[in-house]
This record gives sequence, structure tokens and C-alpha cells, in this order.
Amino acid sequence: MPPSKLAIAIHKLTSCSGCQLALLNQGIGLLDLLEQVEIKHFIEAGINHFTAEVDIAFVEGSVSTSEDLERVQHIRQRSKLVVSIGACATSGGIQALRNLSDENWLQAVYAKPEFVSSLQHSTGIAEHIKVDFELWGCPITVSQLNHFIQQLLLGSKPKPSGEKLCMDCKRQQQVCVLVTQQAPCLGPVVRTGCGAICPTFGRACYGCFGPSEQPNCDSLANRFAGLGLMPIEIAQRFAAIHSHSPPFKDQYQRWQTIHVREVE
Amino acid sequence: MNNKRTIKLNVPFITRLEGEGALELSAQGDTIEKLHLKIFEPPRLFEKFLEGKSYKDVPDLNARICGICPMAYQLTSIQAIERLFGIKLPKQLVQLRRLMNLGEWIQSHALHIHFLAAPDFLGFDSAIHMAKQHPEILQRGMRLQETGNALMALLGGRSVHPVGLQVGGFGRLPERKRWDTVRTLVDNALPDAKSLIAWTTTLELPDYSHEFIWVSLKHSKQYPINGGKIAASNGLNLTYNSYDKHFHEHQVPHSTAFYSLLNGQDYLVGPLARLNNNYRILPSAIKKYVESLGIRFPNQNMFTSIQARAIEIYFSLYEARKILDKGCPVEAPYVTVTPKAGTSCFCTEAPRGMIYHRYQLDEEGRVIRCTIIPPTSQNQARIEQDLKYSVKKFGLNHSDQTLKFFCEKVIRNYDPCISCSTHFLDFKILRS
Repeated sequence: MPPSKLAIAIHKLTSCSGCQLALLNQGIGLLDLLEQVEIKHFIEAGINHFTAEVDIAFVEGSVSTSEDLERVQHIRQRSKLVVSIGACATSGGIQALRNLSDENWLQAVYAKPEFVSSLQHSTGIAEHIKVDFELWGCPITVSQLNHFIQQLLLGSKPKPSGEKLCMDCKRQQQVCVLVTQQAPCLGPVVRTGCGAICPTFGRACYGCFGPSEQPNCDSLANRFAGLGLMPIEIAQRFAAIHSHSPPFKDQYQRWQTIHVREVE
Repeated sequence: MNNKRTIKLNVPFITRLEGEGALELSAQGDTIEKLHLKIFEPPRLFEKFLEGKSYKDVPDLNARICGICPMAYQLTSIQAIERLFGIKLPKQLVQLRRLMNLGEWIQSHALHIHFLAAPDFLGFDSAIHMAKQHPEILQRGMRLQETGNALMALLGGRSVHPVGLQVGGFGRLPERKRWDTVRTLVDNALPDAKSLIAWTTTLELPDYSHEFIWVSLKHSKQYPINGGKIAASNGLNLTYNSYDKHFHEHQVPHSTAFYSLLNGQDYLVGPLARLNNNYRILPSAIKKYVESLGIRFPNQNMFTSIQARAIEIYFSLYEARKILDKGCPVEAPYVTVTPKAGTSCFCTEAPRGMIYHRYQLDEEGRVIRCTIIPPTSQNQARIEQDLKYSVKKFGLNHSDQTLKFFCEKVIRNYDPCISCSTHFLDFKILRS
């Protein structure tokens, strides 16, 4: 008897649909994966059974509306494990940039904001329900998702890595862009997982995978200042994809409040 | 005869769309009283948070509008900004961008045809349920999709939110070895693409042709992706600068996406619009093959969109092959960039249709204001008009379930990318 398949669901809240592609971009590998998992709910792929009870619910997207909030609570009740996938679900995503402003952005973009319902803030799902595992990344990768599922199938407890991007970049023997180009690379404080693609392309990491374990953001930001970046540039460096994650938000606030005056 | 049936249909999620949307239909007897395509993708407010950001950060932030066509958003903003800064890229770099664009078309169209559309024509709920009975169809689709993704990763590092593009060129040019690997992939995919077009002729494609305006870029020398003029089927020929004089957006209570109209009228963007406008300049080998299969463009049957996508996949591989054959380039990956203040706009062809971006930047190249108009908000009004015509012709006497399925099929022809436009196909029919 083959072991029974894992029942999984893929949910989407406020997001760009890019992390769900970690399933649809598997290529032929998807057919092998379907031998091991049974997809109970995945709207983009045509399977709509929102109330199905599952072993794992993968949730893409942030909570940015009252419907998102209702859905995420409903997902928690019907799933043994809830796994957030991607920047939006883990830290509120790029749309969490509005959390940094006191202004009402809806009114600025929509002529008739009353037609659009939205919460003031965009937040990761762990702020609202218990989350069992987090897969960071903007986007998460095919191998990251498969590795996670294989660990569960083998009965071991997955431990997504929190090591720093610099480690992966060094193992790949890439030339350090911070040292050689004085580029404001976030590698020293960002989680591995992307394959160090930005340094490979000769450019500074901009933090898609979120803060690493024990990130020393103060030091790195000071280094950026030493490279000649203006405070606003340093603040914006940390406020991009994961602006709502505490270590990056702290840096944003630290540098946002430093005003620079030109002196004669 | 049931002459006054009340229709009250509610489909909370229309599946197999990128993003989520809903449809509400009210009818009395055989008269449609209300038909609303509801998009309630939560607003993400890109145009607002881009304000104050440097031109260097705009492409990476913009990619996050859509996971399926991130590059289109990156490149439209990049080209609008380059136009403002007066940057002209050397021809080889322009060709490399085109190569990457072709990759995005291939992967996006292959995803749509196989995962989203094919189940409609083969009688399945989903591609996943289709996998057992039609493994070879799905596998062919996956190979094509992988080839598109590989082209994007060659130049961008990854296919979702690539990192290779920047204002002024690329971060780095590809390595020779990877170039050759991708060339082999493209070589192998060409016969797949050809047989994909032939396969579309075996499908029973419904015909609900009717009059409508279509809009795409049009170019005299090449099939347009990143250049050309805006051409509408009603004879309008526009430059990017005159876009906002003719195209206007408005809001409706049932949708978070804006509706865009061309001089007050709904219009189509996307592969069918592109092929209708540019069929003539396809390579003659491709036209000959397409015609030998009895496929005819231009036409006004939205159900031939699946064929338009298959043809664009074949064309994209054909053209990619030509660029790859010229060999891996070795010149400088980028040109020097000097920011300038001012306003500039640009249009490109995303897989789902024309995108328009406009930016006003300060002298340091920081965004003061911007406007981003994705394809789906342009198609939204057209989808509603198509449904009003097609549902009536199909017949309101069908069961709610049959009507729901028919509407979904019509909508999927447009491959609406609801995440971009601003989420849901929830279907509501009210019969009274």
C-alpha cells in the first residue's frame, strides 16, 4: 500500500499570484508531485473547494481587507498545518508600504474611495492566526516549496533556513558588490533562498527574502551612510518588499527621522 | 414554455483565472437586466507608494504588480524613464530585451492554454484532473512553459520578478554556456509549438463573433512588443503621448478595477487584437503553416484567442531562435544613465495586452506622480459587452449551471489577470 497522499490547499489573499506559480512552474515535475499530494483547493488551477479539510494550507497574500481576515480564520479552522508562502503572507508584502503613511492613500488613488473596501494596514497572516511554518521570498522558489513538502512527507520537521544571503553568495564565489562596487547590498541582513541572483547579476541585494536570523541592521545601515547614501535612501533601502517586518521597519523609522540640511 | 423564469445565479469564485473575480447576472425572461463583472482584488496602491521612489527602484517595485507578467511592468516603466532621460540603447541590448519579452509571452500563453483554457475544451474542471487522460497534452504545455521561463531566467535570473533589467540596460549579460543551453531548449520546443497550433484546430471552438474595436501596438517592420504606434481597428493611429487624450478611466461601484474606454467605447486588447493588427507581418513560413491548417486572422471570434496565443508561442520561439543564433553578446551590458526632470510615457505589449505607464520625475529621478494602466482594466468593459451579446445568443433558457460554465468560458478567452488589475470570479445570476 502506498502511503496516503497529503491533502493540500492553496489560498490567495492580497497578492500578485506569483508564489502560487511555484506549483504551476514545476514543469513535468508537477506530475510527480501529484502522485504525492492531493490538491483540494486551488482556484487558479480550477479546483474550488474552500471548505475542504486539509493537511496543509499554503497561504499566499497579505491580510488587507476584512474578507482576507475572515478567510484566513476560516483556513485555520480547516487545516492541520498553515504555511505562509511569500513576502505578502509572511510580512504584509510590498502593499504594506502604506502602513508607513498616515495619509489615506485610497482617497489619493481612487476618485470614489467609497466603492473600495480595504483595511488601513496590510499585514502578514501570523498577526491574525497561528502559523506553523513560514516560507519567505518574493517570490518563493519551486525548490524551496518542494524541499518543504518532501521534508513533511518523510516525517521530519521542516526547518526553513534563516541564514544570511552573504553565506550563499560566498559559497557561490560571487564577487562582493558591497566591497568592490560600494553598492548598498542587503545581503548581510537578508535570508538566503533566492540563489544570490542579484550579486550574480552584479547588483545589490534588495531584500526579497526578508530579514535573516539575528540581522545586524544598525551596523549595515551605518555602513550605507559611510558609502555616502542619504538618510532617505537608507530608509527606502529597508522599506521595499518587507517594510513591515520589525527589523526593517525599525531601520526605516531610524533613518526617516534624520533630517539633513545643507550648510554653506 | 417557461416565459418568465427568474434567473438568480451566484458564482462566488470563477476559477482558472489569474487572480479572483465574480460575475453577477440578473435577467427577466430573456432580457438581461444587469451584468457585472466584479473585480474585488484588494487595492495595493502601487501608484501611491511609488511616489518619492528613485527611478532605480521603480522596476523592482513594479514587477510585484503581477507574478505572471512581471517583466512587462518592469520594462514599460524602464522604457518610459529611458525616453525621458534621452537614453538610446545599442541594438544588441534592445534585441536581448526582446528575447526576454518573447520568453514571458511563451510562459504566460503556455500557462493559460494548458492550465486555464484547455480543461474548458476537453471537458474537465482543471488541468490537474486532466493530467491522467491527456498527459501528453499537458506535458507538451509544460515543456513550452519551461522554455519560456528559461529564456526569462537567462536574462533576468528568475522568471517571477526577474532581477536582470535596469534603466540603461542589464545588470550583466548571460554566460555563453547558459545561452547555448537555452538555445537547445528553444530548438526542441519549436516542433511542440507547431503541433500545439495544429491541436487547437481539433478543438470545438464556439463562434460568437460580433463587432468590436480592438487596440494594440502596430509596427511596420516587426511584430510589436516594445515599440510601434497605438493602432485601433476603427482607424485611430496614436502616439503614446496622445494616449490620455483618447483613453479615459472611470470607476464603478461593483469593481475595484478602473474601467478604461476609448473615446467612450469599450475595446479589446490582447493576443487576438495584436494578431488582428499585425498578422500581415508574421514571417511567411508561419503564415503559410497557419493557413494550411485553415486558421484565419483577422477575425472577431474571441474563442480563437487560444489559437492566437498558440501562434504567438510559435512566433516567439521562431524569433527567439533567430536572436539566439546570432550568438551570446559580449559588449557592455548597460549604458550610462543621467537623470532628468520631466514627464514621459510608454506602451508595451504584455502577454494579456497593451500596458500604458506615465511618470513624472524630479531632477534626481524620483517619482512625483505616476499612472499605470494594465490590460485587464482595459478589457473589463469589453468582457461585459461580450457577455451581454454572447449569453443572449447562447440562450438564457439554459440551466444556471450551464450558464455559469458558458460565462466562465467567455471570460477566460480574455485571460484576465485580475491580480494586476486591481481578485474574484464570484458568479451571481438573478432571474426575475
